[in-house]
Amino acid sequence: MPEQLVYAMEVFLNGLMAGVLYALVALGFVLIYKASGIFNYAQGVMALFAALTLVGIMEGQVPFAHLINAAFGTDIHHFGWHVPALLAILLTMVVMIGLAWLVNYFVFRHLVSQEPIILFMATIGLAYFLEGVGDIMWGADIKKLDVGLPQGINEAIDEFTFGVFDYGFFIDNLDIVATVIAALLVASLIIFAQYTKQGRAMRAVADDHQAALSVGISLNYIWVMVWSLAGFVALVAGIVWGTKSGVQFSLSLIALKALPVLMLGGFTSIPGAIVGGLIIGVGEKLFEFSIGPLIGGATENWFAYVLALLFLVFRPQGLFGEKIIERV
Amino acid sequence: MFYREAGDFKTSYAEDSQTFPIKFDRYRYYVVLLIAFAVVPFIINDYWVNAVFLPFLIYAIAAIGLNILTGYCGQVSLGTGGFMAVGAYACYKLMTSFPEVSILIHVILAGGITAAVGVVFGLPSLRIKGFYLAVATLAAQFFLVWIFNRVPWFYNYSASGQISAPERTVLGVSVTGAETAPWAAYMVCLVFLTLSAILARNLTRGMAGRKWMAIRDMDIAAEIIGVDPLKAKLSAFAVSSFFIGIAGALFFAVYLGAVEVGEAFGITKSFLVLFMVIIGGLGSIFGSFAGAAFLVLLPVLLKNLLVGGLGWPTDLAAHLEFVIVGALIIAFLVAEPHGLAQLWRVAKEKLRLWPFPH
Amino acid sequence: MKLKLVTLVLGAVMAGAPAMAELVFPSLSYRTGPFAAGGTPFADGYADYFTLLNERDGGIGGEMTRVPECETAYNTEKGVECYEATKGDGALIYQPLSTGITYQLIPKVTADGIPMHTMGYGRTSAANGKIFEWVFNYPGNYWDSASIMVKHALDMEGGDLSGKNIVLLYHNSAYGKEPIRTLEELSKKHGYGLTLIPVDSPGQEQKSQWLQIRREKPDYVFFWGWGVMNQVAIQEAGNIRFPMDHFIGVWWSGSEPDVLPAGDAADGYKSTNFTGTGTDYPIFDDIQKYVVDAGKAAGDGSSLGQVQYNRGMYAAMLAAEAALKAQEMYGVTEINAAQMRDGMEALDVTAARMAELGMPGFGPEVHVSCENHGGPGQGLIQQWNATDKKWVAITDYIESDRDVIDALIVEDSAAYAKENNIEERCK
Repeated sequence: MPEQLVYAMEVFLNGLMAGVLYALVALGFVLIYKASGIFNYAQGVMALFAALTLVGIMEGQVPFAHLINAAFGTDIHHFGWHVPALLAILLTMVVMIGLAWLVNYFVFRHLVSQEPIILFMATIGLAYFLEGVGDIMWGADIKKLDVGLPQGINEAIDEFTFGVFDYGFFIDNLDIVATVIAALLVASLIIFAQYTKQGRAMRAVADDHQAALSVGISLNYIWVMVWSLAGFVALVAGIVWGTKSGVQFSLSLIALKALPVLMLGGFTSIPGAIVGGLIIGVGEKLFEFSIGPLIGGATENWFAYVLALLFLVFRPQGLFGEKIIERV
Repeated sequence: MFYREAGDFKTSYAEDSQTFPIKFDRYRYYVVLLIAFAVVPFIINDYWVNAVFLPFLIYAIAAIGLNILTGYCGQVSLGTGGFMAVGAYACYKLMTSFPEVSILIHVILAGGITAAVGVVFGLPSLRIKGFYLAVATLAAQFFLVWIFNRVPWFYNYSASGQISAPERTVLGVSVTGAETAPWAAYMVCLVFLTLSAILARNLTRGMAGRKWMAIRDMDIAAEIIGVDPLKAKLSAFAVSSFFIGIAGALFFAVYLGAVEVGEAFGITKSFLVLFMVIIGGLGSIFGSFAGAAFLVLLPVLLKNLLVGGLGWPTDLAAHLEFVIVGALIIAFLVAEPHGLAQLWRVAKEKLRLWPFPH
Repeated sequence: MKLKLVTLVLGAVMAGAPAMAELVFPSLSYRTGPFAAGGTPFADGYADYFTLLNERDGGIGGEMTRVPECETAYNTEKGVECYEATKGDGALIYQPLSTGITYQLIPKVTADGIPMHTMGYGRTSAANGKIFEWVFNYPGNYWDSASIMVKHALDMEGGDLSGKNIVLLYHNSAYGKEPIRTLEELSKKHGYGLTLIPVDSPGQEQKSQWLQIRREKPDYVFFWGWGVMNQVAIQEAGNIRFPMDHFIGVWWSGSEPDVLPAGDAADGYKSTNFTGTGTDYPIFDDIQKYVVDAGKAAGDGSSLGQVQYNRGMYAAMLAAEAALKAQEMYGVTEINAAQMRDGMEALDVTAARMAELGMPGFGPEVHVSCENHGGPGQGLIQQWNATDKKWVAITDYIESDRDVIDALIVEDSAAYAKENNIEERCK
């Protein structure tokens, strides 16, 4: 096999893996958009907040320590205990559910049936708010996140491909784990939506708020549940990305990586997020590999959007989005 | 009491269709303009100009531009930063290529170039709508920033890729460069803002504006009654980009003096201007001013209050600033989802009846 | 210009008159935003050193010091706001710690007559004092660092780099593009091949770049990153098993927060630096005693000895020494910004002086003159030891390749002078 083709295959596989990571972030957007028509700008910040909370709990940090110290002249930082990862994840989930309830109670309950752009704006306010609260609660320094996910080159694949192509492929263990997690997540979300009572209620709300209300589904309950689910997805994304780069402010910017995915897959489709992620991941990596060196590199950021744009010109609602029907 | 139309008789069509039909409104605007032009320049210093007035004036121009596209024509755009970059780089290239031509002409030409670029990137809007379009305009944002970073011709092959504005004068007074007096920079931006606002106000009141609004409210219906969506949407992109280009040129030449594209015109800028438009009020020129003021002044105010006034540590103050701005945005939206402009309209309605509401 | 200076001095005197006279060193810090991890310890070090001077020595030459802090979040607009807010306060010197803000402030400080010190960042050609009257960047600049990295590679290869391949992995911005010219010039001289790989900001996803590095197997990777890009690059280098001692970062990519998240994978990673690390200097006893234990530390005291903390402290030391020099030169204790500038141009920090200050060998010897605002252009190479979680200096201070760099500086500053009609000074 020619060398370039082998390299391209490696890039392709890594593109798929990167796509899964993007899809993990995009899923959170889809959940909320589908159920309530809110384009949740704060999803990235939620991932940051979740990861910060997780590290904070694991390390036994005192929340708001800096504020307390500044206000009362004390000098407290840590409780002095370490919480095991699994328990910390559960506790973080409790925090995220609490957050979902607060968000619904204080914000979106009051904004029912507003235009999408107003709801979008409210999530921007939420993003500002959470960013500030996250920093005050847990501090703005970079934190190492280690919940036991493996990292580094996968030996087996390296050796196997070396035997076949005479060139060992690089696949990151973390990416493999992320792929498994994403698959489980999507499967369980689909099962939840299709086969449980709450899931059906959720879909009913997504279809028609008023009709759902009239058959006795509590909108508030469903919304809190959806935001909790989005919080859970944010936590998963925060764990995976936080393991890669440490937990820090930039984690909130991963939302930008998810936007082209959303656009391509459609805002309303869970499988769309996955397929969109894969296409974007592979597309941008292959473009950087083949054309990038000719035009100076660092093309991934804009190429992802251009690729999505090209798809949209042919399917304005995204690959899997609901067909936009317009009536006068 | 004072604020009413009673006794204000119109005797010609021109009078009837003027911008501010209520006399009190009209005088109030004259007073604001008078203060802005004749009083403020004499009392401001470096700090007020650089920290408050210049950003406010320039963002207000950008917000007017985006409001035409998003508020009047209904096309959500997140490409503002990229378009501002086009304005800035166009202005830079013109300034350095034709140093003998007045900077004012360069700024206007930069707006024109941005308008052309805006039309090109507006083409997808003919097929793509809503949030899908917003994300599609991000393609413009990232691509433009990348290209200004990548092609050395745009920054005249300087070693670091920064562009810096050489000194230029208007009527013998320098308006760019290090020796610019605060009032001169302020006046240039104020003149551009005033002209932009007048132009925008009249455009949106006229036929063009009505077409845009028809498209915004329901584009298929608009098409049926004879509005050409191609022309309407692309003209909105052109006009909007023109203002945004002017804002970008001023941002670079008059306000900062030196910029690096990734940092000054990154995605955060696009979001910031969009926030201004939404908080201020979609489809309102006044809203553009209010939104720009809100997001420029509030952080400065909070910072001075928390750090300067209360002596808090700067990092805590900065984080709290985020919390407060976020909470205020939510509070405003819950109280009045249609932005500050709507609050203002409601207040005016109340004033017209005051003090006899019944 | 003259008039402005007079008003400035008047302003400083008037502002200082009612309160106690003091020397003002504003700190444009960033403790929030994407680069907070680098900005916070630097600002702490800067503030703590002045606090130490106040507590231990009663200030500089009997004048108390004050460090008003202003948060920029690494944002140029906020940086300008901070500059305008603090400059009327009798500010003696600015250290913006951001290349973007530096470019903004160069014309402003030149007009206002306040010196600016951009230590190891900012506009490299500001090293030419003939053109840049108010801007200093001693003890080293970006191009020095690039040259020092090449010299270190030369050392490792026994003095010959011909036929070797070097990859420059850089932040796709003005900052990241800085070393390209120097490395290209040096490649002509030493005959190595240079491959440029940009990473777009913020740089959380670098898989493509590292796959390319893995395929091409360069002999060295030079690294010009900032923010989250640092942590990800070091992690990815570990993932592909790149030999870490052939992976060399600039001094802004070599502090504790950059390597800690990667854990053991980061072991052996190298970077340039222009200060010592750790707390094994006598001055830290004083800082512990007078500042931290007294509850007057800017941070929580945990960052003492970290790379960025020490760097902030070093910056403060150089500023304080320059102020001292200015006081000696003019025979007044209450100096103004113009006198501060003269003090900086006469700065002469010898090894003996550093030992006296409790910082023996903490940084290179610094001699500044009217022509040379760039100082010695020296730096050392440090290596990360993941087991002890410590940076270890593995070389002495290395001097950069002056022939190559000086020519580049003259060329770039001449272009600036021409654009802005600046006459050469120091004749």
